[in-house]
Amino acid sequence: MSTPGETGTETWPLWEVFVRAGRGLSHVHVGSLHAPDETMALRNARDLYTRRNEGLSIWVVPAAAITTSDPDAKGVFFESPAAKNYRHAVYYTRAEGVKHL
Amino acid sequence: MSITATTEPAEQAGQEHFDAIIEADQRIEPRDWMPEKYRRTLIRQISQHAHSEIIGMQPEANWITRAPSLKRKAILTAKVQDEAGHGLYLYAAAQTLGITRDEMTMQLIEGRARYSSIFNYHTPTWADMGAIGWLVDGAAICNQVPLCRASYGPYGRAMVRICKEESFHQRQGFEILMELSNGTPEQKQMAQDAVDRWYWPALMMFGPSDEHSPNSAQSMAWKIKRFSNDELRNRFVGMCVPQFEALGLECPDKDLRFDEETGTWITGEIDWDEFNAILDGRGPANTQRLRHRREAHESGAWVREAAAEYARKQRERDQQPIAA
Repeated sequence: MSTPGETGTETWPLWEVFVRAGRGLSHVHVGSLHAPDETMALRNARDLYTRRNEGLSIWVVPAAAITTSDPDAKGVFFESPAAKNYRHAVYYTRAEGVKHL
Repeated sequence: MSITATTEPAEQAGQEHFDAIIEADQRIEPRDWMPEKYRRTLIRQISQHAHSEIIGMQPEANWITRAPSLKRKAILTAKVQDEAGHGLYLYAAAQTLGITRDEMTMQLIEGRARYSSIFNYHTPTWADMGAIGWLVDGAAICNQVPLCRASYGPYGRAMVRICKEESFHQRQGFEILMELSNGTPEQKQMAQDAVDRWYWPALMMFGPSDEHSPNSAQSMAWKIKRFSNDELRNRFVGMCVPQFEALGLECPDKDLRFDEETGTWITGEIDWDEFNAILDGRGPANTQRLRHRREAHESGAWVREAAAEYARKQRERDQQPIAA
């Protein structure tokens, strides 16, 4: 499946940018940009997404390298949201009133 | 919308899923099914918002070399840099809907896309930097805060990032005017002149009354737009009232009044002919703005190509087996 927003023939390909804003936090997706290579992608990401010291660490990934798995509407339509509720603690009621369970 | 006999069950499921998300005030994300019109409306709105930020760099960049102190030059540079950044966040958001950056750039340069009317005015004095920061960015903030809750996820998130940065812009403009208003009589007059020129165009940024705004109703139904143009405009003028006082400047709207019943401020008559002339491309600086953008794009082509060629050569070099 092609990357939305990119033809694959642009002069500069599309990169997705992830920034870790502070210690203890994970990298979070902040947006995308076009750059010719990883060095420019990193520098542009720094200038674009961290002008106010919002970043301790930046990851840039070619958008084409990312595989996605969002379920489409059809998938959601056929799957019951209530299925496999035994994965959740609330399904189990025999422990009610018993401490530390 | 009627469901015809030829509608695929998947389409119908998609529409129901989409409707449920909107109804629950949740966010539509790039891979969700969405009506084609929703996608097209968002591509148009987000890309035109992006174009506005990029074109908006021009009236203010005009004063960077002449800002009256090194600090003010640095501050104005930072503001213009932010506007570039805002444009780029928004292009990135638009791209998640399937349009490419090259296509959007061409639409702007070839005059097929719109951008905010406000950037088609000239900036003849330093005081214009104050008026723009205070009134234009102020109006933009009013418009943009509700957009943080727009139903399309990437757009709302870009708006959150933009709003965080926008408040320095408004304070910067306000301070410029404050300084001038408390300066010499000539400086105070320059501040008043600039405000007189920018006030009405800033009110027009909110767009015409909703009965004259064809896209408003559908935008509200899709929860892209949360408040009407008039609501936002009246909110903005109300916020300006005490700010005029603090600045010691006169509000150019002599008919501005507070309506006790609705609890809102009501503006005087707005000259929509001026607004329509600008949308038609007959504003003071329309031609100049687009020409400048086109020239920047064309004269920068060698940089883009050189960087791409360098990257290609490096990749080739990396793939060569290293001689023993």
